Amino acid sequence: MSEEIKQFTVSVYTENNIGLLNRISAIFQRRHINIESINSSVSEIEGVSRFTIVVNITESQMKKFIGQIEKQIEVIKAFYHTEEETIYQESCMFKIKSDLLFEERQIQNIIKESGARIVTVNREFFVLEKSGRKEEIELLHRELSAFGIMQFTRSGRIAVTKDEMKISSMLEAFQH
Amino acid sequence: MKETQTIESTNKVTKTTERITGSQAIVRCLIEEGVKVLYGYPGGAIMPVYDELYKYQDKIHHVLTRHEQGATHAAQGYARISNGVGVAMATSGPGATNLITGIADAQIDSTPMVCITGQVPSQLLGSDAFQETDIVGISTPITKWNHQITKASEIPEVIAKAFYIAKSGRPGPVLVDITKDAQFEEFDFSYKKCKGVRSYKAVPKTDASKIEEAAKLINAAKKPLVVWGQGVILGEAEEEFKAVIEKAGLPAAWTILGASAIPTSHPLNVGMVGMHGNYAPNVLTNECDVLIAIGMRFDDRVTGSLNTYAKQAKVIHFEIDPAEVDKNVKTDVAVLGDAKESLSQLLPLLNENTHEDWHQKFKDLYKIEYDKVIKDDLHPTKDGLTMGEVLKEINTYTKGEAAIVTDVGQHQMIACRYAEFNTSKSNITSGGLGTMGFGLPAAIGAKMAAPEREVVSISGDGGYQMTIQELGTIFQQRVAVKVVVLNNDFLGMVRQWQQLFFDKRYASTEMTNPDFVTIAKGYYINAKRVTKREELADAVKKMIESKEPYFLEVCVEKEDNVFPMVPSGASVSDIRLE
Repeated sequence: MSEEIKQFTVSVYTENNIGLLNRISAIFQRRHINIESINSSVSEIEGVSRFTIVVNITESQMKKFIGQIEKQIEVIKAFYHTEEETIYQESCMFKIKSDLLFEERQIQNIIKESGARIVTVNREFFVLEKSGRKEEIELLHRELSAFGIMQFTRSGRIAVTKDEMKISSMLEAFQH
Repeated sequence: MKETQTIESTNKVTKTTERITGSQAIVRCLIEEGVKVLYGYPGGAIMPVYDELYKYQDKIHHVLTRHEQGATHAAQGYARISNGVGVAMATSGPGATNLITGIADAQIDSTPMVCITGQVPSQLLGSDAFQETDIVGISTPITKWNHQITKASEIPEVIAKAFYIAKSGRPGPVLVDITKDAQFEEFDFSYKKCKGVRSYKAVPKTDASKIEEAAKLINAAKKPLVVWGQGVILGEAEEEFKAVIEKAGLPAAWTILGASAIPTSHPLNVGMVGMHGNYAPNVLTNECDVLIAIGMRFDDRVTGSLNTYAKQAKVIHFEIDPAEVDKNVKTDVAVLGDAKESLSQLLPLLNENTHEDWHQKFKDLYKIEYDKVIKDDLHPTKDGLTMGEVLKEINTYTKGEAAIVTDVGQHQMIACRYAEFNTSKSNITSGGLGTMGFGLPAAIGAKMAAPEREVVSISGDGGYQMTIQELGTIFQQRVAVKVVVLNNDFLGMVRQWQQLFFDKRYASTEMTNPDFVTIAKGYYINAKRVTKREELADAVKKMIESKEPYFLEVCVEKEDNVFPMVPSGASVSDIRLE
């Protein structure tokens, strides 16, 4: 009876600590699980950081990972969510030869239709930025590839959840 | 100490600070935490701390081991027998990396230990300086917590936190790395013990409804089986545990680290589970209707194949670490929390019972194991000495009062199977990591923590030679441990596997050994070798009666095997008796 592998978005609220990224990534590495993307930033709570990690695993594996992550001393709380339970975005940037912008009419259409934003244009190149879901970014990448891309990069996923994550009340509870 | 100032804090509590160096602060913190003994090895990056230790010799006893690994195992032995925190200290670079095996051992066996390492000055970090290693990076996956200090002012808070984290909840090792400049730096010192860390819940709250569910299952059970682990000992829940099994008449089996929580002779003690455990509890694991796991983690050496482990049973798991619940075995009722608390809440909800028919099954299977295995182990009729008969003699002369410290391998399994324990915290061994070389230094720590107790270190000829240099520590400190080596001139457990699973191809398991008695005598330790059965009892008696450290080598049968045995990956009920 093999369980279905799904994509999960993990949100980890942590104390801001130098070694923590190492500790968290080691949990996945040790069990030979690839991290699809990882992002670290401040959170809605002052002094609390938030990691957003995307992994493809089974739900029972996911639960064990959450246990191992929460076991780390400086992790305040970890949550996992499926695609449907989150609103998420990824961001990407393209660097493309400026000539193409003027010579290839289709590029202008692609930019318009995709909702991408031109960040800067100079004589040699222009830079395009696009935020959206993974598939939208992949589509744009495919379309622009035909013309030649000088540089491309995509960010890790960032996500907020539809339901509430009760971190503030947990931290308040500690004060008492 | 340059100046003393008094600060009035807002809540009118007077706090005193003193201007001292970081290195002095480290020693003062250790004293504040009640550390009386620490184990370590000096070197460049930790020298300022050693200079302070020199000044505080009347308050804190530093034991110079002969290798940093020995320092960690001694600290572990110290912690395991006393339920205190063991402390080990080392310099940067190789000093720090030599701690790694002991740290990994303490992590997997949940032993509270604080390791303090010196580090190159902060301005040299990352420059590949002399004796620089990224010990925080290296130790991250094997520590409960670790931290690098680069400013003296961090020292009190970090050390307080280190001790709190190491000891609280499910214990474990903590490493604090301190740069040399922070050791020299002066700051205003004051100390406050750590009482909590906001992102860390040491003990999860026990849910009373889960205890009720557990009690219901236990009360309805016809064939209940308890398997307890070290959680009972770490939680100091021995009395509560005994009360629970006695009231409900529950047969109780132990994991290797749970050994000694209740006396070996207790009528409800049905022996050890796992790969070389007893026949009855292994077989009946797959027959019980309710399996009550207490403070144990379903290690693969305990469960054998998970696909066939206790599938017929409802499983109750009393556990302090939420990450252990459902990790290996799916539970029906998980009772989170501290064993002492949970078991005392459980006790009044239990019905009195005796389960006589069910107990009879354990007795019947014990009889089979006795006839097939135990009789020949303890009362051999063949010429060669068995490890079992050595244990039997040790039991005779220690009367079950000794703490038995073992290494890893055949002798360890034999010792755990046959040693008699009257008191808790008496079986000190490397269970999870299986660290050869653990025994001798761990025995040093155990004897120093409990000098009033008899401490017998039992090793094989392989593991003994991995940390044999700690004889130097025994000699220098005059630690009155009794050191037994069961010598079969083989790495016996590996040889056994080669015999059973690799067609007797004894690849690199035969050992050409030195004269162990001469080596011990070289350290001015009284020593004796026994090769004949008729010499054994007297030799053991003489060793136990000695007030001094004593070394006894027993030359045992070369190719004996340890049975029963659950072959790797087999079901516990397919345990082999021969």
